[in-house]
Amino acid sequence: MSRRLIAPLALVTLSILSLFVGVTEIGTGDVLRDPEARALMLTSRLPRLFAVLITGASLAIAGAIMQMLVRNRFVEPMTVGTGQGAALGVLIVTIAAPGAPLLVQMTLAAATAFGTSLGFLAIAHRMPPSQPFLVALVGLIYGGIIGAGVTFVAYQADLLQYIDIWTNGEFSGILQGRYETLWLAAAVAGLAYLAADQFSILGMGRTVSIGLGLNYGQVMLFGLAAVSLVSAMTVTIVGMIPFVGLVVPNIVSRIMGDDLRRTLPQIALSGAVLVLGADILARVLRAPYEMPVGTVLGIMGAALFLWLLYRPAPRVR
Amino acid sequence: MIRITDLSHNLGTSRVLHGIDLTIPKGQITALIGPNGAGKSTLLSLIARLDTPLSGRIDVDELQVGACPTDVLARRLAILPQTPEIAPRLSVAELVGFGRYPHHKGRPTPEDRARVSDAIALLSLDGLAHRSLDTLSGGQRQRALLAMTVAQDTDYLLLDEPLNNLDIAASRSLMTLLRRLCEDFGRTVVVVLHDINYASRYADWKILSTPSCPLGSRAGAMQLVWR
Repeated sequence: MSRRLIAPLALVTLSILSLFVGVTEIGTGDVLRDPEARALMLTSRLPRLFAVLITGASLAIAGAIMQMLVRNRFVEPMTVGTGQGAALGVLIVTIAAPGAPLLVQMTLAAATAFGTSLGFLAIAHRMPPSQPFLVALVGLIYGGIIGAGVTFVAYQADLLQYIDIWTNGEFSGILQGRYETLWLAAAVAGLAYLAADQFSILGMGRTVSIGLGLNYGQVMLFGLAAVSLVSAMTVTIVGMIPFVGLVVPNIVSRIMGDDLRRTLPQIALSGAVLVLGADILARVLRAPYEMPVGTVLGIMGAALFLWLLYRPAPRVR
Repeated sequence: MIRITDLSHNLGTSRVLHGIDLTIPKGQITALIGPNGAGKSTLLSLIARLDTPLSGRIDVDELQVGACPTDVLARRLAILPQTPEIAPRLSVAELVGFGRYPHHKGRPTPEDRARVSDAIALLSLDGLAHRSLDTLSGGQRQRALLAMTVAQDTDYLLLDEPLNNLDIAASRSLMTLLRRLCEDFGRTVVVVLHDINYASRYADWKILSTPSCPLGSRAGAMQLVWR
């Protein structure tokens, strides 16, 4: 029971902490007295907190779903081509229609992300299931190739500095009025939770899925659409955030198993805590300057992942 | 009753099933026996709509396989998957719970939970209900999977080589259990077996395919079934 309270408690503590960490010192009392402090809270600190929480939770959910679709624990949207596909979409819009509104950017990003994920799924389903690392490795290469393509096109169009915004995620640009579409990502992740049972069944393979009356292809496409939408919205507004979708579902699966209806809330919560922790670190480590949260997560995530690989699995739950 | 009419199917370019006509009676055990590559598993996967046949039709009672909605068929017919396919970390109780999905579609009722514990008890898995699948032996895992298909509560049960990883004692207790399902619960069981001894001891009907008279030949199709 006490173990179950760790994540919620961490979430509340870090959230409060996050509101009072920043270049401008704000005390708890100031919010009540000082109208300027209140304005800062509403236009910057709160939106940033929401953006961080939504990003962490929805990326972790997207990772868990993708791992079920591919039936491989070592894949996540930001490394196997979904995130890179989204960046490609944003880049295309930027070149073809520079002044296009955010919604257009996002729609095309979601479409290209869907296309590149479909490509990865087609490759992954042709590979031997007995070689899980091979699938993950091929995914990394596949994502790397698309990422390289994005860089090349950006280089040609003299947009190299611009694409950094989407490929290296960070939250310092989040302000009121510039992040609200992220709530759509939260909605999509919530919608995906309604189909948790179907994704769990999909993770048991085609025979079980069809035997239990699932429309196999349809559920697969729905899952892929959810993953692509979440990735596209995150990439356009925040930028690519690595490792959350990989590490969080794996740790939760180790402790609680793979029944997504039971584990998805925990996955969402843990993803939010991880990204929030990383974002606070990114603000504190070199204060008053900030590091990109993607860099912090890259280091944290790599360490967590190594621990995950070398730690023996618990035999009995 | 499962009625198979003029069923043909290819695997790759080779014809495995050629114009098969078969009737599998209700409430009894029918065994499909024969050497590897005779088309037994193919026939089973076509009945379970895992593959679409080249031509011909299959009816399960009044439902035409392929034409009726797949979730409707899932409440009439269950297939036992082969063990190695199952990868996720689930407890036995969770796995068996998914057998109820065709009925509750994600919102289990007390009735569903009761059926799950019935199935767990029937397969004597009570002590293992909260163990994770990846900590079980091959035989225990096989029983857990069978419990899932039993919990699906369908009139028809299809089993593809269920004795594959089992020793003699486990094989006999599994076949005895299939007899119980059929006699006490009125289930219809279609099972692919390799061993003719188990077939003759436990099955009501045998469908045999041999090299001289494979499932794939029209000449053989009429003399396949005997009691």
